[in-house]
Amino acid sequence: MDNIKEPLIPTVCQITDIRQDTPDVKTFRVLTLDGKKPFIHKPGQCAMLSMPGVGEALFSITSSPTNTKYVEFSIKKCGCVTSWIHAAEVGQQITVRGPYGNGFPVETEFKGQDMLFIAGGIGLAPVRSVINYVRDNRANYGKVDIVYGSRSKDDLVFYQEIIDEWKNDPTVNVHLTIDREQEGWDGHVGFVPNYVKELGFEPNKTAVLCGPPIMIKFTLQGLSELGFDKKQVFTTLELRMKCGIGKCGRCNVGSKYVCKDGPVFRMDQLDALPDEY
Amino acid sequence: MQKITRDNLIEIAEKLLADGTVTRVLGWKKGEFSYDQTPAIFTSVQEMKDSFVFDDFSGANFSKYLVKETRKEDGKVLAFLKPCDTYSFNQLLTEHRFDREKVYVVGIPCEGMVDINKIKMALGDGVVSINTDSNTLKVETLYDGVKEIAKADVLLERCKNCKSKKHVAFDQLLGEEGDVVDSNRFDQVAELEKMSADERFAFWQNELSRCIRCNACRDACPACTCEKCVFDNPNSGVENKSPANSFEEKMFHIIRAFHVAGRCTDCGECSRVCPQNIPLHLLNRKFIKDINSFYGDYQAGEEVGSRAPLVNYTKEDIEPGDAVNKGDK
Amino acid sequence: MKKCLLTNSNALFNKIAENNTLYIPVDLEQGRVAYKKFQDGLKMSDALKTDRSAKDFFFPQTETLMAFKTQGKSIEVIDTRSENEDFVVFGVRACDVKSLEVLDKVFLAEPVDTYYKNRREHGVIVSMACSRPVETCFCQTFGIDASQPEGDIVCYKTDDAFYFDAKTEKGEKVIDQMGDLVQDCDDSVVNAEKAKIKEILNKLPLKDLKADAFGKDKTDEYFNSPEWKNLSESCLGCGTCTFVCPTCQCYDIKDFKTNNGVERFRCWDSCMYSDFTKMSAGQPRVTQMERFRQRFMHKLVYFPTNNDGMFSCVGCGRCVSKCPISMNIVKVMKTLGGKNNG
Repeated sequence: MDNIKEPLIPTVCQITDIRQDTPDVKTFRVLTLDGKKPFIHKPGQCAMLSMPGVGEALFSITSSPTNTKYVEFSIKKCGCVTSWIHAAEVGQQITVRGPYGNGFPVETEFKGQDMLFIAGGIGLAPVRSVINYVRDNRANYGKVDIVYGSRSKDDLVFYQEIIDEWKNDPTVNVHLTIDREQEGWDGHVGFVPNYVKELGFEPNKTAVLCGPPIMIKFTLQGLSELGFDKKQVFTTLELRMKCGIGKCGRCNVGSKYVCKDGPVFRMDQLDALPDEY
Repeated sequence: MQKITRDNLIEIAEKLLADGTVTRVLGWKKGEFSYDQTPAIFTSVQEMKDSFVFDDFSGANFSKYLVKETRKEDGKVLAFLKPCDTYSFNQLLTEHRFDREKVYVVGIPCEGMVDINKIKMALGDGVVSINTDSNTLKVETLYDGVKEIAKADVLLERCKNCKSKKHVAFDQLLGEEGDVVDSNRFDQVAELEKMSADERFAFWQNELSRCIRCNACRDACPACTCEKCVFDNPNSGVENKSPANSFEEKMFHIIRAFHVAGRCTDCGECSRVCPQNIPLHLLNRKFIKDINSFYGDYQAGEEVGSRAPLVNYTKEDIEPGDAVNKGDK
Repeated sequence: MKKCLLTNSNALFNKIAENNTLYIPVDLEQGRVAYKKFQDGLKMSDALKTDRSAKDFFFPQTETLMAFKTQGKSIEVIDTRSENEDFVVFGVRACDVKSLEVLDKVFLAEPVDTYYKNRREHGVIVSMACSRPVETCFCQTFGIDASQPEGDIVCYKTDDAFYFDAKTEKGEKVIDQMGDLVQDCDDSVVNAEKAKIKEILNKLPLKDLKADAFGKDKTDEYFNSPEWKNLSESCLGCGTCTFVCPTCQCYDIKDFKTNNGVERFRCWDSCMYSDFTKMSAGQPRVTQMERFRQRFMHKLVYFPTNNDGMFSCVGCGRCVSKCPISMNIVKVMKTLGGKNNG
């Protein structure tokens, strides 16, 4: 990004495409005004989006770095900034700064590993970035399993992509689940943590876990019952942030700043931090 | 009048703790120096003997603490309240902010509390000990040895213009009951009223420009007990920590003064806690003075359940237009 | 070492002000002390501390970061900065000088905060040894020597003269600007002054307060201490300690709509505030106890963990004298650190 010397001053970009994924999640494609990617990122990193007068907020980058054309953000409508972004139309300019954070260790700890991706709801947004990165660098990774669940079929983010691409990829196993029975759904019904246990994965995989705190808590218990060690499990944290560069002082857990040292943490590292997230 | 000592209060607390009347005591805890007491909860006489303190620096008004403290557990909390604190106490009860049955009030007489900043201004900084046994304080500093100063000269601003030595609420009273005092507390407001609008604007601009928006005035104010203050609500659009500009800077205090108008008992905590020494109580006193002159004398907190003139319509109420004209003076 | 008689101080200040914007501590009404821009005749305060620290010059309470113009779907970002004057802050005490080093660790770490860096580059610090430290001082706890402050120029003030010692190139430049108002001198007077200050420092009531029990990697030792509950019990949750603190640097970024566009500004924020970490999705620090703990853990443990053991407190004592309920880092250290702390 051209403003790396001015970390707080954003670049003006524009929204070039909007996709309604679920009733409250939309995915926005963002490009610079001259049609380029705003930055080069790693899977799991975040960026700060803003509309002047409304405010700035940090979002995980949902597209894979292997996508050379654009970056995407999947955003759930839940506050001031997100409501405004949801109301935006194609062609709307938006300010962008970043990318921020450590990202997933796709080139180190993940390399050569069998991967197990587990996500709930909008938690798939950062995980999608890694999944597509792994699919695009298929030779570098072992088996890939994806367990993804949401409240209902309509709340499954990226449903079309999952059906059209991931399900059709013979090197990837996709396991979908929804919380309650629903007409037109003949797949699995039940919560993600139970489904993970039912599927009974071999504990020789590296797991990436992302979703609401309660899902993380119980899935972690399930993985541990299956014999997974905390060193094999990665997750991302979300705390309130203003600067994204480790200075505004609000996203720390103990001595670690989620914006800089995270948002990706290995479970054993997270366990060593005070319980305040 | 006999001077109330720390030992008197411990003695009372010991009895009330022993017979089960109260389960804990809200009091002042000794600090590092002679003057830096912290409000604290004591659950045993031993704790009190170790660190409870009461002297001329026990200025903090405990009434507001009762809102939180009474919700913590069953059983009564013993609160030592000075006369002016009891007005805040009643006002909080009027606003149904806590359960009266969960508090046991011991009214303690008060001859005024002392402002450490005034001592330092008069005798210099580096205060290592202060003897408050008599009305002449003996102050030892690092540089000038022991010096004496009259207590009357270093009273807290609010005590200089004490409005009442009378306790308007108590379960037990220590010492003799005092009276409402004929104070000069509106003199300074009258001075401000005499200024031209421009002079007054300049006065407040100078004072309020020092505000650091620490919110200590609000957080200490017994009239500010909203569960969620508008200034803490990220969705309110006015939750800025610091003012965006000098206009907004003034608005915070003016909004606050309006919000507590008719409910402010003039306890003076706002000015006492202000780290920037802004005389915030003058804003509130202006409201009190105006309310008195428009609607007849009214003292918030004097009795539980009284309706403030601003929320109590009567046919005799002043017409808004007349009020505006009067306010112009 | 250079010397300037106090009888020439007004001339000296005028001289410095010819080339730089000069700020000196000034006595205001009711015992207040604040830095004011020097104008001919303005008298310097002898007070130990300004009410607000020199932090304000580098990290102001409010500052505009940028402006935006929006029209239809388009946005224009405007860099509004225009500060490029050199300025001199005169009479900064040892603790406050050290606090800038603490702030540097945050703001000058990559990615560098250019707003802060710009002011640091333009600012010249003339420090001032503390001839009259007070009971709330505890800079010694953090290895600061009030008799030998750091800074671009170190200054000693005696009954009749200023003594200057330039420590950096920026400092040399300002000394040069003083011209013949300063004369060379040996350091005998200053050495005597230092000895005198050291003697007083040894008499301070908090002289034995030690920070040894805290520091790097001590999170587990203190995070779950039962003492936090009592220590924070009467905390009002105001931001006084934060805002008078020379090392507190948390901030918020907010947008403000003006008549001709949007200004994005940054302002001080406090970890003591209930909305500091509040999100639509949740709140990691629900109670005042957690917020109170954060502030002191940050100063005594987290900051040292991330910065080679450097504490984020310089012992200036402002929070000690300003906290509405007189709860402060000294009481926290003594309670948590037990016998190890004086």
